[in-house]
Amino acid sequence: MASGFWRQLIDSVAGLGYRGCRVIEALGRASVFMARSVVGVPGGEGVRLWLRQMHFVGVLSLAIVLVSGLFIGMVLALQGYTILIDFGAEQALGQMVSLSLLRELAPVVAALLFAGRAGSALTAEIGLMKATEQLTSMEMIGVDPLRRVVAPRLWAGFVSLPLLTIGFSVVGIWGGYLVGVQWLGVSEGSFWSNMQSSVAFFADVGNGMIKSLVFALVVTWIAVFQGYDLIPTSEGISRATTRTVVYSSLAVLGLDFVLTAMMFGGL
Amino acid sequence: MQRSKTVEFGVGIFILAGILGLVFLGLRVSGLTPSASSQTFHLEASFSDIGSLKPRARVTMAGVTVGRVESIELDQEWFDARVSMRLDSSLEGELSRDSTAAILTAGLLGEQYIGLTVGGDPEALEDGDSIRDTQSALVLEELIQQFVSSMVKD
Repeated sequence: MASGFWRQLIDSVAGLGYRGCRVIEALGRASVFMARSVVGVPGGEGVRLWLRQMHFVGVLSLAIVLVSGLFIGMVLALQGYTILIDFGAEQALGQMVSLSLLRELAPVVAALLFAGRAGSALTAEIGLMKATEQLTSMEMIGVDPLRRVVAPRLWAGFVSLPLLTIGFSVVGIWGGYLVGVQWLGVSEGSFWSNMQSSVAFFADVGNGMIKSLVFALVVTWIAVFQGYDLIPTSEGISRATTRTVVYSSLAVLGLDFVLTAMMFGGL
Repeated sequence: MQRSKTVEFGVGIFILAGILGLVFLGLRVSGLTPSASSQTFHLEASFSDIGSLKPRARVTMAGVTVGRVESIELDQEWFDARVSMRLDSSLEGELSRDSTAAILTAGLLGEQYIGLTVGGDPEALEDGDSIRDTQSALVLEELIQQFVSSMVKD
């Protein structure tokens, strides 16, 4: 009776330890994987591979990111107006829309959309390559799959998410302008001048870009690693795709808090 | 792998649009002016209380923005706030030596800014001079305190 209880306790602790070891192992594999692929900066033939991935990861994500940016800017202006009008401060609308987009919404929402639109596709693509043993075949004929397959995708992700974030901010501010100035009748001059006097280029635009670079790194890393490290079955691919979206969304939101506390917490 | 002009063109447009967007964010949204530093001159003023004046606040004359606050620091000798401002260079040599600087508030809850008023002295302020005659920010608590103490006397 008593010995059965102790055995169960020991087993459950051992199970916990086993899972902990696996997490640390996976982190180590991911780091080694990242270090070995990132050094493959595209050059020569790699530039063309990188361009193809830029097209798939960046250009084709443009539509969803820009449309979401437009609607988020419009909603921000509409909500902000109904709150600010109570204080007679609707002139501060431009400031509110631009600061919340530049500091927070554009980096985060663009990264979440990017994880859903491009990250999951990267995982599925690399996962299917692994399941159909294309990666192993590459190694057999002496081509490093990390350089040939993974590095162009990583670099395409690093470059395109910050660009998408800029597009998101610009379109969002334009959406806020459309709703605030053209529809609700906030004065155009105060909309832009309040915005310009409160937005600092390096503190707001620059920090937003740093956030977006960090998110690009994390989301692409998770997507590509999940694809490379999955169990090569159809079920494994579907699990890994789901994990990519879940892990990268959580990582983006968690890191966003840490980065915000570091950048703006001292105010 | 064959080259695909449409893909390369698309990526090129994408990167270009990103750079243009950044320029838009710089110029239109954060109000950076490319040649701001070359055409300004420098003035200083000491205030006994700056309220919540911040660097980059506006400096105005008759309501027109003519410059920005560059830095604010505590004077260790007199324990007042030294505010240094950058003004439009077209005003250099035009402001008289007895001009006054006051810290004003835009609206009831708005941001604070510096308002300059010209005096009548024929001598003019030059680059690096300081404005002697200053008026501190209106602090609401002090105002209420004065009001209450004058009520008690009556």
